[in-house]
Amino acid sequence: MKLCRAFLPALLLAAGLLLAGCQHDEPLPLRLTNISGHMPDLDFKLTDDLGKPVTGADYRGKVTLLYFGYTHCPDVCPLTLAQLHVVMQRLGSLADGARILFVSVDPARDTPAVMHAYVNAFDPRAVGLTGDARAIEALSKRYRSAFSREPGSANGNYEVTHSSAIYVFDRDGRARVLATPSASQDDLVHDLHLLLDTGAPR
Amino acid sequence: MKSTTLSLLLGGLVLAGGAHATAAEHIHASHAWIRVLPGDLPAGAYVTLQNDGDQPAALSGASSTNYADVMLHQSSTAGGMSRMTMVDAVTVPAHGKAVLAPAGYHLMLMQPGAPVKPGEMVQLTLEFTDGSTLATPFIARPANAMDAGEGHAMPSMEKGAMPRASGH
Repeated sequence: MKLCRAFLPALLLAAGLLLAGCQHDEPLPLRLTNISGHMPDLDFKLTDDLGKPVTGADYRGKVTLLYFGYTHCPDVCPLTLAQLHVVMQRLGSLADGARILFVSVDPARDTPAVMHAYVNAFDPRAVGLTGDARAIEALSKRYRSAFSREPGSANGNYEVTHSSAIYVFDRDGRARVLATPSASQDDLVHDLHLLLDTGAPR
Repeated sequence: MKSTTLSLLLGGLVLAGGAHATAAEHIHASHAWIRVLPGDLPAGAYVTLQNDGDQPAALSGASSTNYADVMLHQSSTAGGMSRMTMVDAVTVPAHGKAVLAPAGYHLMLMQPGAPVKPGEMVQLTLEFTDGSTLATPFIARPANAMDAGEGHAMPSMEKGAMPRASGH
């Protein structure tokens, strides 16, 4: 705080940046949208793709990438997961410290078994999470995310419109980065390196 | 005698067809691939269509003996939301091209009959609004593939970008 006060007479912008820096004990030079302190910690009660009940606390020690989607989505969800797989590959062995959490917004069709086959087709570090509709809605609302089921067709098929954001949490479960669909892979790899270097693995 | 009449008739039909060029005759398909997903989940199919004709063509859909249903779709992202909508047709401009690629236009293949494995070729019949069709082999690719694969590079895809959905 002392340091901040000394620089206050400096340019307003510089002062603002310094103050922002002083508020956090470890400001990371993240490239993507920094949501540190602006989004709640990772917390949920869902079922993983092995059918095991899990909570956000089960992923403490890992850097997590949270993405909402559904398995009957043939285009954007697979593309996003395929791109996250490329990102994980670029992290090499460090990727073991990270998990892709793919949360279904279509729990009626996405059973743990369906989710298991699906996420494993993309990356061994991807986890499929499903659960009851209320638990999923609670998680979605927690991150100001949204989804809505579109009217179905005659053969019973339907689509789900959903948020395209990827939320990244550090090893302590704190929200750190928001990746938009147009974010570059280089920036995501860069930020994941920073987060993987921070905090203790478990 | 009967077969002679039939072949004459068929020959006449082929000639008649040749008199009016169809959309499919001017279309060349490339980078045709399917992203195979596990089980009976719907799969996305992608293709680049080049039109060397003087008239625009329009893809209205496709069919396949291996899928119960094929739908022409468009993914889009607006206000941070991803959605998928059905489209009636995708125009292939005269002397131009239409690209069906991830996060944009795609064919949604539903209810596979026999399971499709990566590496296999799947025949799709592309249908155009004038009723003409174009049989096109699509290569089946793994779920986490980014494009049609070796020898089918997709220069139109922005390298290193996350899915950028837009109404082309």
